Amino acid sequence: MSSTLELIRERLAALEPEHVALEDDSAAHAGHAGARDGGHYNLTIVSARFAGLNRVARHRLVYQTLGELMQTRIHALAIQALGPDEI
Amino acid sequence: MSVQDTIRQTVTDNPVVLFMKGSAQFPQCGFSARAVQILAACGREDFVTVDVLADPEIRQGIKDYSNWPTIPQLYVNGEFIGGSDIMFEMFQSGELQTLLGQPQQQ
Repeated sequence: MSSTLELIRERLAALEPEHVALEDDSAAHAGHAGARDGGHYNLTIVSARFAGLNRVARHRLVYQTLGELMQTRIHALAIQALGPDEI
Repeated sequence: MSVQDTIRQTVTDNPVVLFMKGSAQFPQCGFSARAVQILAACGREDFVTVDVLADPEIRQGIKDYSNWPTIPQLYVNGEFIGGSDIMFEMFQSGELQTLLGQPQQQ
């Protein structure tokens, strides 16, 4: 079975990102109630798809791309979503 | 009244509403705690919090209401603003202070 990090990266490839930085912060949250359901992750992603979208729309695009992972393997995801000319 | 109606009424009757895990005094999640801290740092003390852990229907209902899969969620004057990452970005840029400083539009 693929690791959650691999699964997240595979899904995010659909956004044709120029850059993806993904960290697993699960260890820092071990033991708290929500950690049973899935891991904590920290994502910085740069994609041309975000250009012209506001913050809410960018995050929704990431959530939609990750699909059911948000309800299964991912308990919490910190997102920084940038356009190519914002870095 | 349906859950969606209850949520709609809550976010329209109160200018600033934070759906979170736990209470402002005792947050049950680090992201919710951060959201409360950001609101406090904006000088807004009249915000209302809704503890989604107290009601499974609200916990799912708020995700459906905003089409947003995570908690916390901030609403200002009935409008969904975002989660804790967006709150922090808007706080850093000063946008959130401006938004929260505006009088309630009714």
